[in-house]
Amino acid sequence: MRTLLAAGLALAAATAAAAEIALDARRSGYDFASPEIRAMQDDESANPGMLWVLQGESLWARKADAAAKSCQDCHGDAAVSMKGVAARYPAFDPVLARPLDLEQRVNRCRSEHQGAEPLAWESEDLLALTAFVARQSRGVPITVTASPTLRPFLDLGKELFHQREGQLNLSCSQCHDDNWGKRLAGSVIPQGHPTGYPIYRLEWQSLGSLQRRLRNCMTAVRAEPFDYGAPQAVALELYLMERAGGMPMDAPAVRP
Amino acid sequence: MARVLINFPPRPKRGEIIEIKTLIQHQMETGYRLDNKGAVIPRDIISRFTCTYNGEEVFRAELFPAMSANPFIAFSTVATESGELVFSWIDDNGQIQSEIRQITVE
Repeated sequence: MRTLLAAGLALAAATAAAAEIALDARRSGYDFASPEIRAMQDDESANPGMLWVLQGESLWARKADAAAKSCQDCHGDAAVSMKGVAARYPAFDPVLARPLDLEQRVNRCRSEHQGAEPLAWESEDLLALTAFVARQSRGVPITVTASPTLRPFLDLGKELFHQREGQLNLSCSQCHDDNWGKRLAGSVIPQGHPTGYPIYRLEWQSLGSLQRRLRNCMTAVRAEPFDYGAPQAVALELYLMERAGGMPMDAPAVRP
Repeated sequence: MARVLINFPPRPKRGEIIEIKTLIQHQMETGYRLDNKGAVIPRDIISRFTCTYNGEEVFRAELFPAMSANPFIAFSTVATESGELVFSWIDDNGQIQSEIRQITVE
């Protein structure tokens, strides 16, 4: 009887540990980074992500292909029109009836309004534009709203987050909900809040999107990563943003 | 042309020690990596960096394959007079990227 009770208690403890992170316990990747990395992010002349922001700024004003229209021709001053935009993406697109992330939105805008070819995932130009747009939301709290239209995609994202996968048979939540703050080899496990994307990752020696980061994690648990732009990947991005709701954006962030 | 970020106090006092920070976009390919067919990716790094202040060299650095991509170089100098700071990055292929910034000493 006593063993049974002990087993029951242990099980209860395990379930408690698997719960979502309490609001006041949430930490962004910035809080887990070393003082040196934080200093690098905070100093705009030392943050390498600013090189892409700079390029994005010039692309913003440049006329693209056929329609001879630049982003600026429709959206005007990005400091005004793009403030807070990255903080509410992925957002629902009524025409496609599914959520689009920021990268997909940029490319949709290019094909719909500029008559231009979509930019390739992780291409310098797409990273530059998303970095420039995301930069305008620095300090703005993440506000992905669970509207009824987004609900099914959010549920899918949540399910994927808690689903075990890969040869290591691990879910996202087993690391980022249950074991954050502990170490995986030499690295601290963060909570997985996407506050600063696109990020300059020292391991990459370059800027990269949230989808690249997700693919990284999936390869690490030896699962088949989602294709870039796959609906599951966007659903997961959506869930992560909702999970980080209220946390301030700090793009372009620097991470180890 | 690679993108560059240069930062220093725009209006320092005469005799003041100023910190100059530079960041340039460059992949700094080491020459030790292989591509997915097993062939060596040729080395391509910035090997030299210089800064002149009104024609006089105030800082020089040699860079090697262990340097990170997008190298960040910060150094200090004494603000002696108003004029021109010229920054030059020279890569393995002999290509030079130069940037000129004005400095006003009060």
